[in-house]
Amino acid sequence: MLDIVLLGLNHKTAPVELRECLAISKDETSIALKAFQELPSVREVMLFSTCNRVEVLMVVQDKTKAVDAVKIFLSGLKHLPVSGFEKALYTHEGDDAVRHVFRVAASLDSMVLGEPQILGQIKEAYQMATTMKTSGVLLNKLLHRTFFTAKRIRTETGIGDNAVSVSYAAIELGKKIFGTLEGKKVLLIGAGEMAELAVEHLIRNRARSIVVANRTFETGVELAETFNGQAIRFDEIENALQHVDIIISSTGSPDYVVTRNHVKGIARRRYNRPLFFIDIAVPRDIDPEINRLSNSYVYDIDDLQGIVDENLKDRNNEAITGERIVDEAVVSFRNWYESLEVTPTIVELRKKVEGIAKGELEKTLHAIKHLSPDDIEAINRMTEAMVKKILHDPTMLLKSSGRHENKSVYLDVTRKLFKLDE
Amino acid sequence: MEPIFLVVIICYMLSTIGYLSYLFLQKDYLQKTGFYLLAAGFLCHTAEIGYQFIQSGHFPVNNLHETLSLAGWTMAGVFLLFQDRFGLKILGVYAAPLITFAMVIAARLPDVPKETGNLLKSMWLVTHVVAIFIGEAALALACGAGIMYLIQEHAIKSKHRGFFFRRLPSLELLDSTGYACIVTGFTMLTFGLITGLIYAKSVWGRFWSWDPKEVWSGITWLLYAALLHQRLTIGWRGRRAAVMAIIGFAVILFTFLGVNFFLKGHHGEFTRM
Repeated sequence: MLDIVLLGLNHKTAPVELRECLAISKDETSIALKAFQELPSVREVMLFSTCNRVEVLMVVQDKTKAVDAVKIFLSGLKHLPVSGFEKALYTHEGDDAVRHVFRVAASLDSMVLGEPQILGQIKEAYQMATTMKTSGVLLNKLLHRTFFTAKRIRTETGIGDNAVSVSYAAIELGKKIFGTLEGKKVLLIGAGEMAELAVEHLIRNRARSIVVANRTFETGVELAETFNGQAIRFDEIENALQHVDIIISSTGSPDYVVTRNHVKGIARRRYNRPLFFIDIAVPRDIDPEINRLSNSYVYDIDDLQGIVDENLKDRNNEAITGERIVDEAVVSFRNWYESLEVTPTIVELRKKVEGIAKGELEKTLHAIKHLSPDDIEAINRMTEAMVKKILHDPTMLLKSSGRHENKSVYLDVTRKLFKLDE
Repeated sequence: MEPIFLVVIICYMLSTIGYLSYLFLQKDYLQKTGFYLLAAGFLCHTAEIGYQFIQSGHFPVNNLHETLSLAGWTMAGVFLLFQDRFGLKILGVYAAPLITFAMVIAARLPDVPKETGNLLKSMWLVTHVVAIFIGEAALALACGAGIMYLIQEHAIKSKHRGFFFRRLPSLELLDSTGYACIVTGFTMLTFGLITGLIYAKSVWGRFWSWDPKEVWSGITWLLYAALLHQRLTIGWRGRRAAVMAIIGFAVILFTFLGVNFFLKGHHGEFTRM
C-alpha cells in the first residue's frame, strides 16, 4: 500500500537563517514539483513554503528512497549540503503526516497561534500541485479534508478570535467604542513603525481622513502623502482635536503632548462625540487623566500589550478544542484510506450487487405464484450466475491493479460508482 | 388562571432561558430561539388580551393583574419591534426576564372583575393608556440599553475587559439604541399625556387636577424632556445619557406602582389588588 509522507522544517526546528536559505519561491516550486514527479518512488506530491516553514507532502511507494531523493534535490536547488539542514528536518508518515497537515492548516502549529494566512498559503500550494498535475486521489482527498477541518476549527473554536498584535488590539477597541470605523477621522502625532501600522489598519477599516502632526513639518507632509492625508503643524493639535475621532500618538516628547485641559476644553464643541486615544509613545504622550473624562478613552502601549497577552492565553485554551477536532479528522481520514484496500472493496461490491439481485428476485417470485420448485431453483441459479459474470471483470481489474500504479484511483471510482460509502 | 395565560408565561420563560444561555454560550441560534419564543408568547398574549376585551366589553386595565399583564404585553411588542429595527440582540437578556417578571407577578395577583361603569369604554382613555404603556415600555428598554452602556463603558475605561466586553456591542450602538428608545418613548408619553388631559376634561371637567399620578407623570415627562434637550443642544450622550435613562425609568416605576401604593388619587383604582 502507498504511504503518505511529510518531510519538512519549521520555526521550531530551524533558525531563521536556515529557513531563509531553504525558502522556496513560486518558480522554484514548479521546478521542484516537476522534478519530484519524475522520481519513481513518488506518486503524488505537493510543496509549500512560507516564511516559517518548508514542507513536502508526498504519496510514496518507497519511503526511504523518496525522502532521500527529496533531500538531495533540495540540497542541489539551494546549493546547501544535506548535512547542513538534515538535523532540522522532521519526517512524519501515515496518521502522523495527516495530523501534521491538519494542524498546520488550522494554524495550530503556527508561530502566532491561530493566524489566518497559513490556510490561504496551503490552498495556493495545492492549486499549484493540481495545475502541475502532481496531486492525485490521495492528496486531493487529504487536502479537501484539510480545508474542511481547518474551516471547522476556525468556526467552532475561538482560535482566530481577538487581536494578537498591538495594532489589531487597538482596532478591536475602536470598534467597541465607535461600532464601525468607517468614516472616522484619524490624527497621527509623531511617527513610528507601530503607529503607522495602526494607521494602515484603520485605513483598511475604512477610516476616512488622516491628519498628521509632526514636530518637523516637512516630515509630516511626507508621511501625510503616503496616507493620502493632510499635514498640520504641531501647535495646531489642540484645534485638530475638535474634528478627529481617533488619535494615535508616538513622539519622543518627554512631556504630555495632549493634556486633560486640552480635551476638556473642546468636549462641548465636539458635541461630546467620543475620542479614542492610542498612546504608543514611551514616555507617554497622552495624559492618562483624560481617560477619566466622559466619552474619552485612553489606551497606552502597556494596556494594549495586556490585551494581546490575554488574547493569546485565550487562543491557547481554544487550541485544545482544535486538537480534538484534528484527532477526529485523522480517524475519519484513516477510515477512508483503509477503505481503499482491495479486498474490502471487492467484498462490499459483491454484497451490494448480490443484495440487489436477491431483492428483485424475491419481488418477482412473490408476484408469480404458479412456478414449480424446480423453476424457482433454475431462476435462482441464473441470477447467481449473472451476478458472478457481471462482477468478474471489475473484480479482476481491481485485483490486478494492486500492482498497478493507479490502484487507488480505481478503488475510489469503484466506491463512488456503486455508492459503497453510504 | 386561564390556560392561555399559562402558555404566555411559559413562552416568556423559555425565551428568557434562551437569551440567558445566549449570554453565556454566545451561540446565535439561542438568541433566535429566544426571539421567536418571545414572539410566540406575544401572539398568545395578544389573543388573551383581545379575548378579555371582547368578553368584558372594556379595556383590561381593571386591576393590577390586568395592568401588569398589559405592561408586559406592550413591553414584548415594543421589544420585538426594536429588536427587528436595531438588531441589538443582547437587549433580550434584559427585556425577556423583565417581561417574564411582570407576568409572573401578574399571575400571582387575583383577577377580580370590578364594575367601572363606562369609564373604560371611552376611546380617549384606551388611547391614553395604550400610548402611555408603549412609551413606558420603550423607556424601559432605554434603561436596559443604559445599564449595558455603563457596563461596557466601565469595561473599556477600567481596561479590565472581563465577562461582558465581548458579549456587549459597541458603545455607539448602545447609545444610539438607547436614544432611539427615548425618542420613541418620549413621543408616546407626550401623546399619552395629551389624550389623558383631554379625557380628564371630558369626564371631570378640568384638564389637570393635581392628582399624584398626574404630578409624577409630569415630573417624568420633564425629566426626559430635559434629557432630550441637552442631547440636542450640547450633545449629552454616553455615560450621562445612560445614567439619566436609568433614573428616568426608576421614576416611571415609581409613578406606575409607587404612587398607587403610597399616595392616593383617581388612578389608584386601576392598580388595586
